[in-house]
Amino acid sequence: MASAPMTVDRAEKFEKVCAILDYHARRPARLIPILQAIQHEYQYLPEEVLTYVATSLDVPAARVFGVATFYAHFALEPKGKHVIRVCDGTACHVKQSLPVLNALREKLGTSETNKTTADMLFTVETVACLGACGLAPVIVVDEQVHGQITPERAMALVDEIKATEESFATASTASAEQPSAEEAHD
Amino acid sequence: MANGAMKVFERFKSEMAGSGLRVVLELRPEAANDEVRLSKSGCQGFCQMGPLVSVVPDGILYTKVRSEDVPDIVQQTLVGHQVVERLLYKDPATRQKCRGLEDNPFYARQSRFVLRECGFLDPEDIHEYILHGGYRAARKAFVEMLPEEICTTILDSGLRGRGGGGFPTGRKWNAARVQNSAKKYVICNGDEGDPGAFMNRSVMEGNPHSVLEGLIIAARAIGANETLVYVRAEYPLAVERMRRAVVDAEREGILGKNVFGTGQSMKCEVMEGAGAFVCGEETAMLASIEGQRGMPRPKPPFPAQSGLWGKPTIINNVETLAHVSRILNEGPEVFRSIGTKESPGTKTFALTGHVANTGLVEVPFGTPLREVVLNIGGGVTDDAGKLWKTGFKAVQIGGPSGGCLVPEHLDLPLAYESLRSVGAMVGSGGLVVMNQGTCMVSIARFFMQFTQRESCGKCVLCREGTKQLLALLDDVIEGRADAGTLELMEKLAHAVQVGSLCGLGKTAPNPVLSTLRYFRKEYEEHIFEKRCRTGRCKALLRPSINQEKCKGCHLCFAVCPVGAISGEKKQPHQINPELCIKCGECAKACKIHAIEGI
Repeated sequence: MASAPMTVDRAEKFEKVCAILDYHARRPARLIPILQAIQHEYQYLPEEVLTYVATSLDVPAARVFGVATFYAHFALEPKGKHVIRVCDGTACHVKQSLPVLNALREKLGTSETNKTTADMLFTVETVACLGACGLAPVIVVDEQVHGQITPERAMALVDEIKATEESFATASTASAEQPSAEEAHD
Repeated sequence: MANGAMKVFERFKSEMAGSGLRVVLELRPEAANDEVRLSKSGCQGFCQMGPLVSVVPDGILYTKVRSEDVPDIVQQTLVGHQVVERLLYKDPATRQKCRGLEDNPFYARQSRFVLRECGFLDPEDIHEYILHGGYRAARKAFVEMLPEEICTTILDSGLRGRGGGGFPTGRKWNAARVQNSAKKYVICNGDEGDPGAFMNRSVMEGNPHSVLEGLIIAARAIGANETLVYVRAEYPLAVERMRRAVVDAEREGILGKNVFGTGQSMKCEVMEGAGAFVCGEETAMLASIEGQRGMPRPKPPFPAQSGLWGKPTIINNVETLAHVSRILNEGPEVFRSIGTKESPGTKTFALTGHVANTGLVEVPFGTPLREVVLNIGGGVTDDAGKLWKTGFKAVQIGGPSGGCLVPEHLDLPLAYESLRSVGAMVGSGGLVVMNQGTCMVSIARFFMQFTQRESCGKCVLCREGTKQLLALLDDVIEGRADAGTLELMEKLAHAVQVGSLCGLGKTAPNPVLSTLRYFRKEYEEHIFEKRCRTGRCKALLRPSINQEKCKGCHLCFAVCPVGAISGEKKQPHQINPELCIKCGECAKACKIHAIEGI
């Protein structure tokens, strides 16, 4: 019984992967777009999916893992719900992006090796130049670009997200209680 | 018009506020039918002052416009034909307000060719591009010209690759054209990985059709019918706009099975990179497109002989391709008449860092550095953004492969040949201005860290050499270096240059060598005096309390997080260097500035 939902989950997982593989005609040359599509779907590249991709494309697993680990955009570990990317380009660097990064890491308790918070709410990472150098220093919070950032403004952004998350959490517990109350009525 | 326009405006207002600084709106009153047309435009290249709103044909440019300002623009400018003074750009040097592009030194001193239409055309509307003479050159290339003629025209123009190498484009095309192969490819290199460069992003986002037009002309010139645009993943909007441009061009019969009714076919695919700097290198990019790890391979054979899938392939930079249609339309002589003899035409530089006006600057090759940094850029600033007349220290040009230029180079013409002679390079054209408060050793370390991280690992000297260079720089910055360090660094730097296969490794030591050449004194201060003149190298800081100034108020004692400060009240205090973590809190707390060296 306990393993049943797990099996369904796995089947669903591979169903989506199959659709992606089919779209790219299962050509090994399309490996990078395939991995990009999978990451888009799952937010990261789960190990079992990579092995499955290797088998489907009829290439050694080493080739798939080799590519997945070569490119910075592929994540082999799940990321937090909110991803904060601090630009590490030259212009941002000379305009003091490091204090922003350090402040974020200190506040959220992350580090260079441990990028995601324990509650899986935040991931803090650096990113290669985003090409918004005119606005340096720049951070990207959930795909939103914030220019001319300061440690203080970065902190405020984090607080804002935290506040939204908390109100969201209270709202969802409230609504979760609602149906149970109705059930009791029935 | 007011009511209708206001509705449109309200809709754009929210979009504008939401999309932040990058999307720029363009207002265009069309006098004929008395309607106001509101359209998005590509980046106008004046980044720091964004969002920009331009009102055409009045020629007014508003800077730093916020949604609250929109009603004023509508009421005063569109209805009342008055200028909203407070939204005009103020020249920091003369403190004069600039009404539009003509009197704004940032724009007036530029020669915009590639960027001319960026910011004034709707990048998502192919008809607007065609209406402004777009795809005329491509039609000419397909209908009136032979491949050989196209190659000759480009060769005559003297166009050189804008991606960094500076190789003559016409020669590259010719080399691929003469190859006897049924299948050939043209690739547009939009993998602009140099930190501090964003001209390719702006062109792909602001005028994607100009890139596509250059691409299909190149394909016609070498006899290819498949093209590919490789865009880096950090530029999602550029990917989206290029994809849209391809779909629109297919619909208009510019791409597809019957290009311009000639019966020829032409395909174009847009591929997104996956975050590897080395993929900007031609052969690494080919490996990446083939679904491999992006590692370069030795040349020859050159891609023009054996490239993608072993077929003749040419790879051109975005900016190079954006020049092509103009050269075909206006003739190679016009192009040659701009710039210098060996570097004809214009080049777009991305001006960033400690400078008043940041953004994209397109000037003819040969323009002196002074003009770009001090006149167009408006001068050097301090960390708070205030003008700093004597603050100019250096300009880093060409990103992690380039070098630095110092005050003695202010009158140096910016061109391929002149920059090479001083140990720098045009590269992709990133210009990062640095003020006196910047530690040059840290800058060298920053670039070394970048190349060390991005080294693909194929060549031992690049993989291990950059790592050791980084460790040596850390020694300098953290006070462990000795008399032999600099010599060792230079020796290693030369070894890495010689022992690496591709451009990344060959040029990786450049920032170190260049800073050593112009700022050796600063390195020596770090090594022998254990001192960083800018105070940016934390490990070298030696905070102490001036015993004569200190009144023993105990404020520093209270804020020190590690208890490193001791002393009786009303007696001068001391800092224990063993415990001190150099956080600087004491200096912030001290009201009489008695804490020194931090």
